Amino acid sequence: MCALLLCAAAQAAPAVKLLNVSYDPTRELYDEYNKAFAAYWKSKTGEIVTINQSHGGSGKQARAVMDGLDADVVTLALAYDIDALASQGKLLPEDWQQRLPNNSAPFTSTIVFLVRKGNPKNIRDWGDLIRPDIKVITPSPKTSGGARWNYLAAWGWALKQPGGNEATAELFVKKLFHNVPVLDSGARGATVTFVERGLGDVLLAWENEAFLAVKELGPNKFDIVAPSISILAEPPVALVDQNVDEHHTRKVAQEYLEYLYSPAGQEIGAKHFYRPRNPEVARRYASQFQNIPLLLTIDADFGGWKKAQATHFADHGTFDRIYGQ
Amino acid sequence: MEVIASAQRIGRSSRPVLPGFGLTLGYTVVYLCLLVLIPLSAVFVRSFGSGWLHFWEVVSSARVLASLRLSFGASLIAASVNSVFGLIVSWVLVRYSFPFKRFIDALVDLPFALPTAVAGISLTALYAPNGWIGARLEQFGISVAFSPLGIVVALTFIGLPFVVRTLQPVLEDLDREVEQAAASLGASPQQAFIRVILPALWPAILTGFALAFARAVGEYGSVIFIAGNMPMKSEIAPLLIVSKLEQYDYAGASAIAVVMLVLSFGVMLAINALQSFAAKRHGER
Repeated sequence: MCALLLCAAAQAAPAVKLLNVSYDPTRELYDEYNKAFAAYWKSKTGEIVTINQSHGGSGKQARAVMDGLDADVVTLALAYDIDALASQGKLLPEDWQQRLPNNSAPFTSTIVFLVRKGNPKNIRDWGDLIRPDIKVITPSPKTSGGARWNYLAAWGWALKQPGGNEATAELFVKKLFHNVPVLDSGARGATVTFVERGLGDVLLAWENEAFLAVKELGPNKFDIVAPSISILAEPPVALVDQNVDEHHTRKVAQEYLEYLYSPAGQEIGAKHFYRPRNPEVARRYASQFQNIPLLLTIDADFGGWKKAQATHFADHGTFDRIYGQ
Repeated sequence: MEVIASAQRIGRSSRPVLPGFGLTLGYTVVYLCLLVLIPLSAVFVRSFGSGWLHFWEVVSSARVLASLRLSFGASLIAASVNSVFGLIVSWVLVRYSFPFKRFIDALVDLPFALPTAVAGISLTALYAPNGWIGARLEQFGISVAFSPLGIVVALTFIGLPFVVRTLQPVLEDLDREVEQAAASLGASPQQAFIRVILPALWPAILTGFALAFARAVGEYGSVIFIAGNMPMKSEIAPLLIVSKLEQYDYAGASAIAVVMLVLSFGVMLAINALQSFAAKRHGER
């Protein structure tokens, strides 16, 4: 009976709904991508797909999905949050990150410095951030997933310096955070503190966020500085198996994620200042991005998120030790 | 006095005028269970999810203790400030008439209605070192935003209506003749205020204080923008709860919540005791 009804409903209106639960700064990106994908899906299958979006802090969004928010796909700021969905929520298999190419991250970004116009404090690289006359703005890596990339980039730079080791890296981030006057709870809050409140000399930001800030808040107010070493931020995407099976949306959801890797999808990402994976698209947008000689990766340089989280951001980790705990 | 008291005693022991005590009591118990008791016991159960040791480790850490001190300290200060200035505001609103009185009266409710994040952002914009008020204070070496003082400002803002709205009806009921009688018996204005008006207002002031305090302890949205959130210095307890959640440490988050609950309950109980003491003393006069 039920199946019959469903069948009838499907025949009457070939419409399907997807919910994409994402993090904060992807709102405009997915606005545009959803339209492109809906058009593509319609031309391919004749089906009308409506994609709803939900945005918020990455960790908060992951907890919402764990507590029952009906996401078909999640597109979050770091793999750690989707790992939690797999290990604690049991909503998708633990090996989710191997199911799509490039660690399931269709685009990447990196951490750059946003400085006041003309770079009055002459900030060139990570080493400048611990000068006593510098104030650094970054959100707290305890509450902001994005800020964990900032922290690891700083750590990685210190590690790669001559004579660098765990101890010197810890000392470096300790000095860096002593120059941080305000720890906002999220990336958007930190941007507001730097841009609107006029606090600090440098904002540590995702490259795409920095571009957006420059574009929207005034190209004559800020400059972007690329450090010599940064980290390859890989915001991953994944299918939420339990939910797509319940909604019978696995096929369209899978395609929704795969289309991100297509030239069209990559182009939209690049337009929103995410670094595309597709070499052809990357070449065309190369001039848009800063050249950073060395990009560390979370897996090769920090042993993956589980290890990085435990070493640095868990209670009594290296970040807590900065503040004497 | 005696006659009234004994009349009340008789009234209480006999059958109430309106029926339905059983029904309303049942409703009250179910309602409170569903809305208050069950969610709160879930917090208790969750907090012991990974054992006593973890619970103790979380709540006894220096950072959590510092944040609890800050949250409760700042809330007490804010509620005290509101008790004094809220009394003045409600006095003016009740006793005098002036142009735009309705408008000003409505302004008092704004902190109720405003989303707290909006309040936090606008207060921060005002009190930041480059803000309209902040820049002027900075000249005297006072920084409000991104310091514990900023937290007190935000908590005072959100607590004001609680004191004013509790005091207003009581002040309206207060007979002016009592003051006139006090004056005719030779009391100076100060004496009339301290010995006649204040005792009548004490229970209401305490209620307003308690409400403002309770609201302030749990406040998150407006505070995180203005606090600066530096560990050990300007980090409120609710922010630490959020940090724990961000690490998927539900047990640790609930552990802090339980401590806040117990402390708040203790403070409320003390205020209630004080209140009934004040009411009794006032009644005896």
